[in-house]
Amino acid sequence: MATTEHLEALEQAFQQRIDGGEKIEPQDWMPEAYRRTLQRQMAQHAHSEYVGMLPEGAWITRAPSLSRKCILLAKVQDEAGHAQYLYSALESLGLSREQAYGQLLAGEAKYLNIFNYPALSWADVGMIGWLTDGAAIVNQVPLSRCSYGPYARAMVRICQEESFHHRQGFDLVRRLAEGTPAQRRMAQDALNRWWWPTVMVFGPPDEDSVHSQRSMRWGVKLYSNDTLRQKFVDQTVPQVLHLGLTVPDPDLRFNPDTGHYEIGRIDWDEFNRVIRGQGLCNRERLASRRRSWDEGAWVREAAACHAAKLAAGPQGERDA
Amino acid sequence: MLVQTQPPATADLIEYALRLGDNTLLLGQRLGEWCGHAPELEDDIALSNIALDLIGQSRLLLSLAGEWEGRGRDEDALAYLRDAPAFRNLTLLELPNGDFGQTVLRIALFSAYQVAVWRALRGGGEARLAAIAGKALAESRYHLRYAAEWVVRLGDGTDESRRRMQRALTHWWPYLAEMFDEDALERRLDGVAPQAALLRKEWEALMLPVLAEATLRPPADTEYRSGGKRGEHSESLGHVLAEMQFLQRAYPGGRW
Repeated sequence: MATTEHLEALEQAFQQRIDGGEKIEPQDWMPEAYRRTLQRQMAQHAHSEYVGMLPEGAWITRAPSLSRKCILLAKVQDEAGHAQYLYSALESLGLSREQAYGQLLAGEAKYLNIFNYPALSWADVGMIGWLTDGAAIVNQVPLSRCSYGPYARAMVRICQEESFHHRQGFDLVRRLAEGTPAQRRMAQDALNRWWWPTVMVFGPPDEDSVHSQRSMRWGVKLYSNDTLRQKFVDQTVPQVLHLGLTVPDPDLRFNPDTGHYEIGRIDWDEFNRVIRGQGLCNRERLASRRRSWDEGAWVREAAACHAAKLAAGPQGERDA
Repeated sequence: MLVQTQPPATADLIEYALRLGDNTLLLGQRLGEWCGHAPELEDDIALSNIALDLIGQSRLLLSLAGEWEGRGRDEDALAYLRDAPAFRNLTLLELPNGDFGQTVLRIALFSAYQVAVWRALRGGGEARLAAIAGKALAESRYHLRYAAEWVVRLGDGTDESRRRMQRALTHWWPYLAEMFDEDALERRLDGVAPQAALLRKEWEALMLPVLAEATLRPPADTEYRSGGKRGEHSESLGHVLAEMQFLQRAYPGGRW
């Protein structure tokens, strides 16, 4: 058993490696709290990709053209792939995909709050791509330089695909913004509903963010919530204006002194309400994941049973 | 090419291309319903992958039909602005998915047929269809492999999975007759469209060993009134189209 002194030496060496820009790999020693922080963050990230398939996936059968249907199919397929990379990276920290997924189904693990908002129109599919994936990129590009190697490497690949989705989402909204008056109204209505939830994707303000300090010291988080939120707003507002749409924030203004857009007050009460499970879709999202899992049980059992028969060889198969 | 310069033959070709394109459109649409609901992430990926291939094939075939028709209808006009009686797909492909086993079984049954169809069209006398078939054949082989592996796993899995798969086979079986039910149009397209007898032979060579390995017994053939190719469909098609077409219908004239 490690003595306190020994543990302190290990932690010091660990912090030196991180400060020196070295990557931490699965077989390396790491503080338990580092492992747990990453497990929580990566599981939440993987679940978000998986749950995130639902609001967009529900529009596949209703996509208004065959090419948009194909784009959307390819996108949700990418998201399932992202969940797969992230669950694999998570397994390198000693938490199996099934354990992590069990925590989601039991309601013990979180996923991105924004997927508890409903996708009510076709324009929402564009907003999810343009705004939500845009926010995800701002969040995730720094993560491709985070201190844990498997997570950093997964993020490199994920970010490439996410940037593609982001452009597709923008293109979808642009088509609506340049379309008939009814299509423009559809786009503006969707923007009104998705703007604030997206701004909240970056999490609570810095002064209220409990894990931030430690995560930054460990190189798991490279920029603060508010820094990333500002970056997103600065890059997205000009895109909104370019489309001739309006940001649903009367207090939004450009500050020529700082070179940044300043936004109005964020309704953190709503944020907390949705996180607590009181959003429009929290119950439905979880119920949907549980239903698929339960209804697929006979399939997974049959696959395991068949694999066991094969492993036992022809003799075993006859006896079975 | 002879068939392309004679107007009646061209009308037949348009009709035939619509049959092919509507088949893949309807199954692609059905598989799109699975998104996010499969038993495992891997199957979510596989089913959306197959759906994407099928819709991709439809786009090529419907575009070709529209081009041959020369009335300015593109792939979207054909997919979104025709009503049920104008659709030419096999009835098999418009019916509800059922459970995962029923879904993969339908993919296997249809993909084996598609492999035979594409092979014949690839070597047939119509250059545009042959080019599409060349691309689609590789995709259908992949679909068949994925689905056939699941049919075997589930058929030769637990008692419950075998029972479900035998029931699924009995459910789909009567609709297979339509695949091999050669009509006057297909006979007129001799040299382009494959003969039914050939298709049946190739389909059986691909499918029967899979069913045998899955320990599933093909039911006896039953009488079935085949109508999908002529636009006489089941009650399911109207529901599929209502969902698929609503945006185009509700916002006429929009570009998307």
